[in-house]
Amino acid sequence: MSNEKTYDVLIAGGGNAALCAAITAAERGARVLIAEAAPKALRGGNSRHTRNLRTAHEAPTDVLTTAYPVDEYFDDLMRVTAGKTNERLARMTIEESAHVAEWMHGRGVRFQQAIGGTLSLDRTNAFFRGGGKALMNAYYLTAQRLGVDVIYDAEVTGLEIEDGFFIAARLRHRGFEARIAARAFIAAAGGFQANIEWLEQAWGSAARNFLIRGTPYARGDVLRLLLDAGFQPVADADQCHAVAIDARGPKFDGGIATRLDSVPFSIMVNRHAQRFYDEGEDFWPKRYAIWGRLIAKQPDQIAYSIIDAKAEALFMPSIYPPIKAQTIGGLAEALGLDPVALRATVDAYNAACSGDGPFDPKVHDGRRTNGLAPDKTNWARPIDTPPFTGFPLRPGITFTYMGVAVDHNATAIMSDNRPAANIYAAGEIMAGNVLGQGYLAGFGMTIGTVFGRKAGEAAARHAGN
Amino acid sequence: MLETESRHPSTTQSPLPVGGRDREGASAAILGEARRTMEICNACRYCEGFCPVFPAMEVHRSFSDGDLGYLANLCHNCKGCFHACQYTEPHEWGLNLPRALADLRAETYGEHAWPRGLGRLFERNGLVVSLATAFCLTAVIVLTMMLQDQATLYGNHTGPGAFYAVVPWGLMVALAGLTFGWAVLAMVMGARSFWRTTGGGALRWPDLRVALKDAGQTRHLDGGGEGCNDFDERFGMGRRHFHLAMMWGFGLCFAATSVATLMDHLLGWVAPYSWYSAPVVLGTIGGIGLMVGTGGLYVIKFITDREPEAVSRWGMDIGLLALLHFTALTGLALLAFRETSAMGWLLAIHLGFVLALFVTLPYGKMVHGVYRLLALVRHHREQRLP
Repeated sequence: MSNEKTYDVLIAGGGNAALCAAITAAERGARVLIAEAAPKALRGGNSRHTRNLRTAHEAPTDVLTTAYPVDEYFDDLMRVTAGKTNERLARMTIEESAHVAEWMHGRGVRFQQAIGGTLSLDRTNAFFRGGGKALMNAYYLTAQRLGVDVIYDAEVTGLEIEDGFFIAARLRHRGFEARIAARAFIAAAGGFQANIEWLEQAWGSAARNFLIRGTPYARGDVLRLLLDAGFQPVADADQCHAVAIDARGPKFDGGIATRLDSVPFSIMVNRHAQRFYDEGEDFWPKRYAIWGRLIAKQPDQIAYSIIDAKAEALFMPSIYPPIKAQTIGGLAEALGLDPVALRATVDAYNAACSGDGPFDPKVHDGRRTNGLAPDKTNWARPIDTPPFTGFPLRPGITFTYMGVAVDHNATAIMSDNRPAANIYAAGEIMAGNVLGQGYLAGFGMTIGTVFGRKAGEAAARHAGN
Repeated sequence: MLETESRHPSTTQSPLPVGGRDREGASAAILGEARRTMEICNACRYCEGFCPVFPAMEVHRSFSDGDLGYLANLCHNCKGCFHACQYTEPHEWGLNLPRALADLRAETYGEHAWPRGLGRLFERNGLVVSLATAFCLTAVIVLTMMLQDQATLYGNHTGPGAFYAVVPWGLMVALAGLTFGWAVLAMVMGARSFWRTTGGGALRWPDLRVALKDAGQTRHLDGGGEGCNDFDERFGMGRRHFHLAMMWGFGLCFAATSVATLMDHLLGWVAPYSWYSAPVVLGTIGGIGLMVGTGGLYVIKFITDREPEAVSRWGMDIGLLALLHFTALTGLALLAFRETSAMGWLLAIHLGFVLALFVTLPYGKMVHGVYRLLALVRHHREQRLP
């Protein structure tokens, strides 16, 4: 890296939003530098672990069945966020999502039908062939062809910003410090979920028990620098995409493979062997993203999914060994739970199973318990057939929502509501603008793609003036 | 206990019983690594669009040794899954599916070799093929020198029967017939063993037909559409095209030999044949295809990204590439100089390479064609059945 080279656009971050911005800006003639915190092998931020993007479409496409109109998409978003969204930006994101697939294809991304066993997303979500790392490979190759420079292992340590005007950034690259000046700056460096200390500010000591499913490089350094420079925050610090995953997974970067789909066919107990939520409320794909928060609120942020032999083949096995025993007491001991308490919980649950109608995992079968607090309202069968199996689960944080406010051009907004002159934000670092809480599968990639392109366009325009 | 980090998650479920015999060939470590990888892949499934290995994987919840051997041979080593994998080194899981399956694939070659004891020839196969080639070349040359005087060897021979003046017809037919017949027998026995170990069942023509079509087009070297990762994360059709040239080149050379045998033995038209005769035209095109194909594949091997490769197994690959290349080269040289005094030596050298090829056929990389074809048959069978 030469210290003399000047750039039109400096992009902090190397994931989907960053690359969409880089490609868009470079196609408009801008000289672009990407500063990616990760080494090349781990580049791409959380996008490395993604596999699809939610896209509106008026008619079936080669990879999507039937239509997913903008209005329905918007209604879905309003429902999951309970209205915690900037409606104007949300509608713009959703309208733009209808055009991204073609743009992506033109930049080397290939799509395929919904992959096996995926949550009936074949209508709403376009899957990348090979998943998110393949997508990132395609984008990096395209960026390279367009002359974009990429510097890996590059940590942003400081931003020179005067009254909303970006002058230069300080980078640390393998022990070397450099100051990079550019005409425009795009912050696309992700959330702060890999920064446990920051999570603790929002969650207290519970955060220490979270697993971070995504990249360990999303430490929120750039977000912190922007907030310190007087940019306007959006969304609450404790809002995030959090799912229930196998507690034995790695602390960081476990991605999709640590998921565990046993919940609706099990009872979930906390470390006191007590149930705490209706496991059969809805199909797992629709409840997948609430269980992370549910477990986060339990003592020691751990829960156990308990099944018997009848349920063993109803879900994909964990990649970690199932913990098995011939008796409920034995299972409790193997899991480190109080055997008396677990037996009491299972007995009470078994006694409350009505047994009406056939068990059917494919529909809301209405087989429920009666008189429990909480009841299990579907797929409730007595847990009575050994061997008994338990899986430990913990909250798995994918990404945090708190970020910087932006306008419809992805321009970052300062605390006094003025837009910055030449600073833009895209991706998780501004997801909170449209995603105040809750989640829609594949929406993070939609936000990154739409706002990445907006940011690249606006930054190139600014640099060209 | 639960907080213990497990670097290599594996459900270590006991393998399902499979039809056929017990497994002792494939080493436990290689099977273990393939199983660990496959179980993580089965929880991820992002690579489904690349090749049939992933749809075939998804019908299982756990993997018997036979299942793994089948999946290893269904893999065409396009490496798309490696470059798309978010769990490769330096991730703590360090997944490397193409390498794990290539290691296991080589183990299955040894395991199904016939007779069984000769499976050890796959262990240092590059050396085995080199020694076999050196031996065959020396043997043919020494025999020729012993059987013929200098004048015959260096003489100009033209017209019908010219080749047999140097190497007697009977010797040529006996050597070729015996070695090739043995190779076919050994490969059939290997195929039988592979089919049984991976699950057995009836071999049906509709499945075989589709599998032959796949093989003929090397369909799955397209990596799901864009080709293999020949060098790095870029996709390309180089490997597929060179493999097609090599495979069809080999086919044409084989056809040339077959036609020549029929012409010679049935019709009494004795070799050598004219430039425009069927055997010479087929053999020339085939020989060029073989040389271009094997050369291209060697070059790709030389500059490819080695990370997803089972480099320690390359002796087997390069052994066969070299053997095919030099068989074609000496065949074309013999054709070009058959009317000169060099013909005697060129014929001896060419026959030496052909003999080495035949001898090592069932104990070298060539067996991949048999097992991959059968894996494709099984795949189509599984896809057809509910």
